[in-house]
Amino acid sequence: MAEFRLPKNSRVQKGKTFKAPEGASNVKTFQVYRYDPDSGENPRVDTYEVDMDNCGPMVLDALIKIKNEVDPTLTFRRSCREGICGSCAMNIDGTNTLACTKGCDEIKGDAKVYPLPHMPVVKDLVPDLTHFYAQYASIEPWIKTDTPAPSRERLQTKEDRSKLDGLYECILCACCSTSCPSYWWNGDRYLGPAILLQAYRWIVDSRDEATGERLDELEDPFKLYRCHTIMNCTNTCPKGLNPGKAIAETKKLLVERQG
Amino acid sequence: MSTTSDNRPLSPHLQVYRPQLTSFLSIVHRATGIFLSLGSVLLAAWLIALATGGDAADCMDRVLGSWFGKLALLAWSYALFYHLCNGIRHLVWDAGKGLEIKDVYTSGYIMVIASLLLTAAAWAVAIL
Repeated sequence: MAEFRLPKNSRVQKGKTFKAPEGASNVKTFQVYRYDPDSGENPRVDTYEVDMDNCGPMVLDALIKIKNEVDPTLTFRRSCREGICGSCAMNIDGTNTLACTKGCDEIKGDAKVYPLPHMPVVKDLVPDLTHFYAQYASIEPWIKTDTPAPSRERLQTKEDRSKLDGLYECILCACCSTSCPSYWWNGDRYLGPAILLQAYRWIVDSRDEATGERLDELEDPFKLYRCHTIMNCTNTCPKGLNPGKAIAETKKLLVERQG
Repeated sequence: MSTTSDNRPLSPHLQVYRPQLTSFLSIVHRATGIFLSLGSVLLAAWLIALATGGDAADCMDRVLGSWFGKLALLAWSYALFYHLCNGIRHLVWDAGKGLEIKDVYTSGYIMVIASLLLTAAAWAVAIL
């Protein structure tokens, strides 16, 4: 059953404010979700005023500046800073995206920065993705074949290869899955848009020989069919991919398989 | 990591997610569906009252003819047309079409306008 309120230990309190340095003329305010597992206290929102004349353009630049110069306890994941690793996925200005590709100037007013929604929080902006990765492993995301390995690569036609476009670019940042109300309420059993897009990526791969088993595995009221085509997933994907369409195509293949 | 997960707070979701047209139209679809299932009870009651005739039919006429009854019927008729139009939208999606975000927004706006027009047309026919 969907629980719309946050549990008692998760309700967010007012935090501290860190003022901009004297003389800063181009100030942007960042309201950042904080949670310290060692304190025993509830999460809070701290306010940081950042001098944008002395800061890079992206939200990740501002977070790194805060961590380096204002508050070294601020904790977040980041790596590539160019939208290819998916580490800095978070909820910025109300939607999920990558902090490294979200420009501060795209945000009107104060920038609100939260961890990916409806996830267990390890610390500050770091969600626990253990379950998400376990779901990824459950779809067996590798090529499966029965035929003996050929002496060279398994070849694909250009047409077959092009079926993977819009799928292989997924970086598993979890922005889409954690934007999906269905995943919020049923994420324990519903695989969510990211994992279903990955499942479809192997289903349509012409070199894979386990297509039928993969489809049968998804034939489940929860794993696949908790998708109600809400489309928040596609709306928020920072890579411009379409998990909603991948899921719809999977459902079509299942209808054909049973037909 | 996972041994302490029970104590971990849940990150905010509905509380912080910016309202999206996509999820808003979806939750209204579900709400109209629940509302319509209640309306089907009323429809059955109305049919039974008609078949019974006499006091039962008079009473039903008075209730549905009151301002409150008319308001409720207006709400139910809009719910019906919303659910119908969005249901067609879902059929198109299930055929794998119209799933680009631009198309999802366009069909969403068209669906809302169509449901309003159909409600207005139905009431125009009923009143005139």
